[in-house]
Amino acid sequence: MSSNNISVRENKSIFKFILGELKPKGKIFTPFNIISVPVIILGLVLIVIRFWKGLGSITNLDQEFPWGLWIGFDVVTGVAFAGGAYVLTFMVYILKLDKYHSIVRITVLNGFLAYLFYAGALLLDLGRPWNVINPIIGNSFGVSSVLFLVAWHFMLYMIAELIEFSPAIAEWLGLDRLRKILKSLTIGAVIFGITLSTLHQAGLGALFLMASDKIHPLWYTEFIPVLFFISSIFAGLSMVIFEGSISSKVFSDQISHEDHKGHNGIILGLAKVCAVAMFVYLFAKLIVLIHGQQWELLSTKWGLWYLVEVVGFVLIPLLLFVYSVRNSNVFTVKVASLLTMIGIILNRLNISVIAFKWDMPNHYVPTWMEIEVTLCIIFIEIWVIRWVVNRMPVLRQHPKYSNH
Amino acid sequence: MGLNRRDFLKTIGAATATVATPRALKAKPKPGTEEFYSILFDANLCIGCRKCEWACNDQNDLPNQPFASFDDKSVFEEERNMTPDKYTVVNRYDVDEHDKPIYVKKQCMHCSQPACASACLTEAMKKTEEGPIIWRGNKCMGCRFCMLSCPFDIPKFEYDSANPRIAKCTMCYDRIVEGEKPACVSICPTEAIIFGKRSVLLDEAKRRIFTEPDKYVNSVFGDGEAGGTDWFYISPVPFDKIGFKKDMSLEPYNEPTKGFLYSVPFVFILWPALLLGLYNANNDKNQVSEGEGSNE
Repeated sequence: MSSNNISVRENKSIFKFILGELKPKGKIFTPFNIISVPVIILGLVLIVIRFWKGLGSITNLDQEFPWGLWIGFDVVTGVAFAGGAYVLTFMVYILKLDKYHSIVRITVLNGFLAYLFYAGALLLDLGRPWNVINPIIGNSFGVSSVLFLVAWHFMLYMIAELIEFSPAIAEWLGLDRLRKILKSLTIGAVIFGITLSTLHQAGLGALFLMASDKIHPLWYTEFIPVLFFISSIFAGLSMVIFEGSISSKVFSDQISHEDHKGHNGIILGLAKVCAVAMFVYLFAKLIVLIHGQQWELLSTKWGLWYLVEVVGFVLIPLLLFVYSVRNSNVFTVKVASLLTMIGIILNRLNISVIAFKWDMPNHYVPTWMEIEVTLCIIFIEIWVIRWVVNRMPVLRQHPKYSNH
Repeated sequence: MGLNRRDFLKTIGAATATVATPRALKAKPKPGTEEFYSILFDANLCIGCRKCEWACNDQNDLPNQPFASFDDKSVFEEERNMTPDKYTVVNRYDVDEHDKPIYVKKQCMHCSQPACASACLTEAMKKTEEGPIIWRGNKCMGCRFCMLSCPFDIPKFEYDSANPRIAKCTMCYDRIVEGEKPACVSICPTEAIIFGKRSVLLDEAKRRIFTEPDKYVNSVFGDGEAGGTDWFYISPVPFDKIGFKKDMSLEPYNEPTKGFLYSVPFVFILWPALLLGLYNANNDKNQVSEGEGSNE
């Protein structure tokens, strides 16, 4: 019963504890802070202008191009990159590949915050955001809409990821009993989360199915949902590799010696999964191309751009992943993951923005302000990640719960 | 016979009731809602007076100009498009093989199976029982998915407003439910646009083509385009010469989305079952490493 007493005493001081944790840790004038703070402040000013004067005041969106960078990059690309969480929870909790256990928490945290901020970016893009509650409270269920499915899945998946991550919060606050309850929910949340991810990763692609006349035939196919799902696997894992190589430097004090040593094995393992998923993806792309009988389009200007995406940023990184695994070369894995991420950005932007109404004379190009707001959101997200990682047992293991 | 008059009436009554009840329970369709209302535009009859534009602005409280100013022909220099403040425009097309200029009115096509309404996650964009597609501001969250989905690029958005509307022709829904014709139809001096039930107008369009074959191309735009629309066009020249897209799908544009949505329940049943199966299959071999931490 002694643990019970401790937790009661701890409950009283939790408020004080959180207040103390809110204070900054570490140096204030780091290069990252010096760059990110002005960007964030300017971004917030622009967001105020946007809600005051309307979307047209800071974006280049118009009647022909209703969706721009904020949807095409922040939401559609961002969610693909956040796919690492469902793939990794599948590997660790379903397939029981314990090797990857040490990176599960940081990946789920990244995924959760990505959804939180990209759903936030969606709010910026809504013309009438005060009505965002309508499809949730049930007074107007547009169940025939793919966006209805995507919106609900975003919301439910965020809850699932929060449950998956919540034991870390309980450990941080020292709430033993709550931690036990939350931990028992993990596997349910994982299964639910993987199911939701499958559907909304594909669903993001299905959003573009009705724009069949507007997207260049090399990118439009009825199989966009399937392609989006498959590519979210290696998009997410490439993000995990890329992000892991940064955080292992930035937060090196947080990572135990064993985890540091195991990290190369993890990276090479993920490279294998990426290679297989990319092979399946390329094969599917090829089938779609043959099925659509669009060979002759490849010799056009748009065909060249298509080949840049598919050969330059899918086939080449695929070969690089295979090479890296054969030679156990961690550096080339990182290069390959970076190329893969560029390929995902190209693919998502091609479908949503670049090859959308490709033949229009005055094609949409984002304003610097749209890019600036996007950067603002990314920087705020990094600030939150840094805050959490420096306080909660995300990368390090809590001494009390060494077997998380 | 043991059947007296009273019992006989009871039996008849009960029998009538069982037959009648299902019909009585079923909501009766409102008068005139069995079939969508439609409008037929005849490009041979339109004289480009643009009175329909004036009537539309007037009806929908849009910024308007004096009635006489609509005689100004200089607006036809450029092909115009709808804006949030203009639900309909008339354009002039000078087509080589036709001696006279052709005037064409543009507005929402009111598709029979609309992509915009399928896109809408709040049912703000709605196909009414009467046929017109209307927009409801108290539901709309301004995501503009309807604009992305519409094959005719009809819905317009107020980018310069903090409280923006989605703007488009409503086929004067308010007038239709009161039994009146849409404002543009009422004002048209040449009956270039006529209003009626969909099948009646489709027959009328085909009758005109059949009786005067050299005055029309042998096709009704909207009969099959986008799965059928509730605005029809008949014209003396091919439709791609008067501002329409050339190879419009004859399938409703929301068709591929349906396939995706039908697959959702299957994934929702299959995935958790498979994942749970895999989890259990792996579970017994790793029981030790799944231990619950060291807090006990």
